[in-house]
Parts: sequence; C-alpha cells; structure tokens
Amino acid sequence: MDPLRKVRVNISNVSMSYGQTPVLRDVSVNIEPGEFFALLGPSGSGKSTLLRLIAGFNQSQSGTIAIDDEDISRVPPWHRNIGMVFQNYALWPHMTVNENVAFGLVERRLPRVTITRKVAAALELVGLQEYGERRPNQLSGGQQQRVAVARTIAIEPKVLLLDEPLSNLDAKLRVHMRTELLALQRKLGITTIFVTHDQEEALSISDRVAVLDQGVIQQVGTPMELYDNPVNRFIANFVGTINLLPGEVRGGFFDSPDIGKFRLPAAIAVNDGKIEIAFRPHTLTLSSPDRSTGPIQLPGTVSEREFLGEFVRYRVKVGTAEIVADQPHLGGVPDFLPGHAVTVSIDPAQVRLFTA
Amino acid sequence: MTTTVHRQFTFTQAAIALAIALFLMLFLIVPVLMVIYVAFANPDGGLTLQHFASFFQISLMRESFWNSLIVATLSVVFASLIALPLAYFTVRFEFRGALLIQTLGILPLIMPPFVGAVAMQLIFGRSGSVNLLLGEWFGFNLPVMQGLNGVIFVEALHYFPFILMNLVVSLNNIDSSMEESAQNLGASGLRLFRRIVFPLAMPGYIAGAALVFIKVFDDLGTPLVLNVTNMLAPQAYLRITSVGIEDPIGYVISVLMIGFSLFALWASALVLRGRDYATMQRGYSGLAKRRLKPWQTVIAYGWIILVLLLVLSPHIGILLLSFGNIWSFSVLPDSFTLDHYKTVAQDSPRMVWNTMLYCGLAATLDIILGTAIAYLILRTKLPMRRSLDFMASAALAIPGVVLAIGYLRTFRGVQLPFMDELLTSSWILIMLAYTVRRLPYALRSCMAAMQQMHVSLEEAAENLGASKQRTIYRIVVPLMAGGILAGFVTSFMTAAVELSATIMLTTAQNDAPMSYGIYLYMQSAAGRGPGAALGVLAVVIVALGTYFSHRLIRSRAADQEARPLQKIEV
Repeated sequence: MDPLRKVRVNISNVSMSYGQTPVLRDVSVNIEPGEFFALLGPSGSGKSTLLRLIAGFNQSQSGTIAIDDEDISRVPPWHRNIGMVFQNYALWPHMTVNENVAFGLVERRLPRVTITRKVAAALELVGLQEYGERRPNQLSGGQQQRVAVARTIAIEPKVLLLDEPLSNLDAKLRVHMRTELLALQRKLGITTIFVTHDQEEALSISDRVAVLDQGVIQQVGTPMELYDNPVNRFIANFVGTINLLPGEVRGGFFDSPDIGKFRLPAAIAVNDGKIEIAFRPHTLTLSSPDRSTGPIQLPGTVSEREFLGEFVRYRVKVGTAEIVADQPHLGGVPDFLPGHAVTVSIDPAQVRLFTA
Repeated sequence: MTTTVHRQFTFTQAAIALAIALFLMLFLIVPVLMVIYVAFANPDGGLTLQHFASFFQISLMRESFWNSLIVATLSVVFASLIALPLAYFTVRFEFRGALLIQTLGILPLIMPPFVGAVAMQLIFGRSGSVNLLLGEWFGFNLPVMQGLNGVIFVEALHYFPFILMNLVVSLNNIDSSMEESAQNLGASGLRLFRRIVFPLAMPGYIAGAALVFIKVFDDLGTPLVLNVTNMLAPQAYLRITSVGIEDPIGYVISVLMIGFSLFALWASALVLRGRDYATMQRGYSGLAKRRLKPWQTVIAYGWIILVLLLVLSPHIGILLLSFGNIWSFSVLPDSFTLDHYKTVAQDSPRMVWNTMLYCGLAATLDIILGTAIAYLILRTKLPMRRSLDFMASAALAIPGVVLAIGYLRTFRGVQLPFMDELLTSSWILIMLAYTVRRLPYALRSCMAAMQQMHVSLEEAAENLGASKQRTIYRIVVPLMAGGILAGFVTSFMTAAVELSATIMLTTAQNDAPMSYGIYLYMQSAAGRGPGAALGVLAVVIVALGTYFSHRLIRSRAADQEARPLQKIEV
C-alpha cells in the first residue's frame, strides 16, 4: 500500500455531557499531519468518549472537530472515512477474514478486482495473507487484532483511531504489537490517534500525548516534556512515579509538616507561600549518613526494599513521610537493608514545584 | 460409600442411568421404532416400500402431504412477518411499547390454538364479525379463515412468539461494536441491517422458525376444529380411528411426519453449526437504542396495536362465546348468559381433576428425570451419558399423534398388573405420553440451572463431609430449585393444553382431560358455548399457574442474589 495523504485534526472547544454528568469540558487539541498521538488518562477521564466523538459515534453539545480545516461534526459515522480499531476488535463472526477486510470496500462499491487486490495488500501488510479463508474464531488474539487493523486500513482512512488496541493481549505480545503498530503507522504516514490508560504504552510509541482527567485536557506534549515538566500534580503522579511533599516556603526555607525544615538552594528559590515539591525516585542518591554531600540532604531510615533487577527501589522513612528512591544496581555495590540509617540527597535541578 | 474421588461414577449413578434409559426405551424409542417398522413391513414380516407407494397413489394423501407442507411453511413465513418488526422495535428503539411487545409474546401461548380456532372462525370467518362489517360497509370479504388459510392464520398468530422471543434474545446478544465497526467502515441503514445485524441474529431466528415448523406440522387439534381434514396429522388420526390400528397408511403418514420434523431439526442444526455468535464482551453494551421519530412512533404503535388486536381476538372471541346465548351470522352474540358455565360445572369437574392429575404427575416425573439426567451429564463421567440427553430430546421430533399410535400398537393387549384393565385403555398411558413429550423442555431448564452452578459449591460440601447423596439433597437441589420449578411449570402448562396425543389415547369419557373435553364440545354447534366456557376455565388455570410460579421464582431469585458465585459461571 502506498503512503496516505497526511491530514491535520483540530478539536476545538468540545464539551459533552451524558445528562447531568459532564464527560468532556472545553477540550481543544490540534493533531499534526502524520502524527502518532496518544490520549492518555485513567478510566472515566473521557478519552474514549473523545475518540468516539471523532469517529462520530457520540455527538458533542458544543465545539467542532475538523479535518484539514473542514468541520465534520455533523457528518454521520459512515461518511467520515475515519478508520477505527475497536478494543474488542469487533470482527464479525459470520464472515471470513477476507470478507471482514473487504467489508468497507464493498460498501464503497469498488469493482471486485480492486477489492480482491486491496484485501490481499492489506492482509499482506499485517502478515496474514495465508489466513483469508479462516473465520475470526479460528485466530489467536494477536491475529484477530491484525485482521482488525487490516480491515480498517483497507479503506485508506484519513485518520486511524485505535481504542485501547493492546489491552486484550498478553504482556509479551503487547510490547511486540506496539512496535509493529508504530512501524505500520510510519510506513503509511497516517495520522493516528490512540487511546490508552497505560502510561508506559503512551510514552514509548507516541510522538505527542494529551493527558486527560475528569474530562479536561491537563497537558499536551512530547513524552519527555510530560515526564520532565509536568504542569500539575495529577500529571506528575499519573506519568511515572514521583515523590510529592506538601509544605510552605518562608524566607528561602521549605517547611514541611512531614519532614521538618531545610534551606532551599538558590536554584529553586520561590516566593513565600504554600507549595508542593516533587522529585522522581531515580534522581535521588542514597548514602550512609557519614558520607553524604550536596545541597539538600534529608536523614532517614530504610523501611522497605524491592529488588527489580536494573535498580533497587527503597522506601525511606523521613520524618513522618515515606520517600521512594530508586538506586541503580551494579554488581558489588553495597545496598541498604531495612532499618539502616541513610541520607537522601536531592538534586535541586530535578526538583519541580507545584503551587498548592 | 468409600469412593470420594470427584467425577467418578458410582454403582448408584450407573443404576439410575440404566433405569432412565430403560424408561425412555420403553415409552419413546420402542413405540417410535414400532411405528417405523410397521410402515415398512409386509404382512409376512419382510421389508417393503409398498405402503409408501399406495400412500402416494391415493389422491387425498398426496393432497394432504402438500397441504401440510404448505401450511407449515406459510405459517413460518407469516409468523416471521409478525415477529421480525416486533423484535426489531424492542431491541432498537427506546419506547414504552417494548413492554406491550413482551406481553404479546406470552399471550398467545396461554391458550391452545385449537380453542382459539373456533373463536377465530366466529370473528374472521366467512360470516364472522369482521367480514359482516366489511361486507356491510365496503362490500368485500377477507377469506382469511377459508380452508387452509384458516389453519395458517391461526397457527401463525399462535406460534409467532417462538420466533419473537428467540430473535429478541439473539439481537440482544449482539455487541454494539459489531454495528459501530460496520458504520465506521461505511455501512448504514438497511445495508447495515442486512449485512451485519440480521446475519448475527440468524441463529435465534432459525431456532425459532424450526420450532414453529415442527409445532405446526404436529398440531392436530386446529385443523380438526376448523374441519380441515386434508392434512397429514388429521389423516393419520382418521385412518387409525376409523380404518383401525392395522391400517398401514396411518403408519406411513407417521413416518412422513417424523421425517419432516427431523428434517427441520437437521436443517436448523446445519445452518447453526459453528455459529455461536455470542459477541457480547465485558463492559460492552448491546445494540444502540434510538429514540423513535414521530412518524416511526406512529408506524411502530400501529403495528403493535394491530398485532395485539389479532392476538387478543381468540381470547376475546372465546370469552364472548362462553357468555353468548346465540352467536351466528352476527357481529356480536345476541344476548349473554351464564348457562354455559353451569353446564360445564355439572359436566366437567371430573375433566378438570383429570387434567390436574395427569399433568401434575407428568410434570413431577419430568423434573425428576430432568434433574437426574442433568446431573448425570454435567457432574459424572458415566460412559454414554450423552445418549440420555439425545434420547430424551428426540421426543421433540416426534409428533403427538405418532407417539400415540406407537403406544397403541406397542402396548396392544398388555394387561395392567393387579387390575382388570388394558394398558392402552388406561389413563396411565395419557400421563406417560405427556411425560415423554414435555421432558425435553424440563430437561433444558434443569440443565441450564445446573450449568449456572459452579462445581466448587458441591466440592465445598464434600470437603466439609457431605456424601454425594447428601450434597445433592442439601446443595444441588436447593440451588436448582428455581430452574426445576420453571421446568415443572412449563411441563404442566403445555401438557394441560396438549391435544394431539390426548385425542388418540382417551378411550373413556371418565378418563378425559379438559383439552379432550373442549375438543368434544366444539364438535357440535350446540356444544360451542360450553366448550368455550371450559376453554376459558383452562386459560384461567394456566394463566394463574404461570403467574404464581413466576412470583415464586422471582422471590426465590431475590433470595439468591446475595450469592456471588452465581455470576461467575454464567
């Protein structure tokens, strides 16, 4: 199959509610041509609703959805030419694989030769050319998903929508399929929107990610931007693991009810007031109390220890707070056992502040 | 008992299985085989096709053959035409009519078609209410009750619920993503229905249609009451009762009837093979429901009300007839009276009692057999246990007339022990025919109830020291009670209105059940009133029984909601 024309998707000021319950609140986001774009959020955040809105299965109360500046909000689903791969694949059990893939082409009244050729091409693209005569229930989960993808791209849609495409696969296959999906998307160049609740999935393959919570887009950015510069505590918590400490800044000192008071380095000096400081576990350094150096040092006691291969995850009791610290594991490096007194060193460059 | 390993069969289980097999052999398999044998047997015992040849040489027989086929086929067609839109309305649209449609689905079933047939003639017949009015106002008539038309009309109206209910179930099992993905790929409207929705609902439709075909083929009462005798079931009955139990033509007809039933079952099984279309997924919903547009509401309600009127007309007609003094060549009866009920009260208490006795015993036997078979199949590793299910379910394909003929022939001259009576002239045979014919339904109910019960519930009881027998008594039966009761009710209700076998096996007025009494009354014009009154009585008994058992089942279901395991295995 040839690369497809790349389109831009503009979602502007979309609001939607089911009865009294708002599901999406004033959502605006622009998806660039050819982008692999993820909608990430916990369940109930509105991400699937937004996807279904783009496909035309839901109607928003206000706002517009445009493809290359053409408003499609009022176009019925069957005229949108936006392909969607369903979470459960939705393969029709009464049709063979070939018939499933041909379905959309038949609806477009294409000549039979063209249909045969396009079905073969689509199945070849997902590596299932031998399976055309099978029924969906004769295929494994991974194969069913490939058929669902082939069926969708066979119509050469303007946009590809993927609704939690990997959630029905086992862990190993999931990692394999996501690279395969990305390769396919790069090959076709099709603008792709991908819904997931799994942050690892979103961060690993997307060009950009929009994180939704309670029907509001909290932040849009590249995976690294989201990880390094979360705009609020929700993002900080939802994307990756992070330590959050509430407290107050007064005269250059940070005062936390949990861990006491310490001087903030000039690098992160802020105005007085209530704030939360946040730092990721892998940016911390643990050391024995006598050997510690650095601008921020907190004394604590190891309470738990989990060995995860590449690193060891410690939970350190500092004051009344528990801080998670990941230390890279290298052969021969001594580790700290529960009950050991340690010093937690925080690199000021890695600290983020959220005003409460 | 020393065997405690689960799922190994014990001596008791084998003995019970053998006893059930023996019962089914004696009262189902052997009589049916006997019928088939006689149809192919020479007077000297050799095999021959001569009887079939002579069957097709009689023009009345050829005519009956085609008529039966046409009536059964067209009844399926018309039943489908009624049921399809109704099923689609309930599943697709959000409107209150859905409740009406559910009522529509039950109403016809509480009155046997042959009871309604007389009333239908008075309402839709050549000189019935509707045609009198049509003739008076518009100068034309609708010949819906003439000859075969009447049989088709009555059967389609009576049996469409089988298609309706099966279709609704399978439409409800279609996941919304099936439809949405088709829309996403460009399908909508009628094409969406034709290419996706209907094919996915096909299994339910086929199951219902096959059932209707078999039921119509099997029905003896309706043609007889409508005085249509040129069909297979009436011919079988007439040949055996008038020419005699030796007449081979009756057996040829029986074999043909079994053949058609088997064909319908085989064809539906063929279509359904490998099509388990349960597409529902966790967390997904059924087909999207839409609000009706005003003009659609008008059409939907129009159709529902039309069907409702048609469905209710036999009920209304029979009620009018039971209270009517004289009802002939008039839109409504001339005057009203309670005399028919008085006649019935004098004549028929014995029949009501007989119905209660036969059906009560038959239904009890059914649930005992049903529970035992279900247990043997689902909970033991007994060899050949599946054949019990097969034997019991085979009864579905055997028309009542055929079973009765088989009984009369097989048990000819058999003396009842300790009594000076022949088995063939005793009510015991009627009761056994009911038992065998309703067993498939009771068995399905019991199987379903047991399938829903996780085996760990029994294992837990055994783990805590209960023996197999004690486990069945304390755990299995109480948990299955709802399903068993449902099985009992279905068996009882449907046996109470059975006529095909009843008519052939009833030999003495004293042993006659209600269904036979109604039929007898309906034979004469003067008997119609009392016949209708007895019909109303039968409907009331069936309806009350259904209502109370539903209440019983529902209150039990409420009790059991607290059990979380019920949901795991569904």
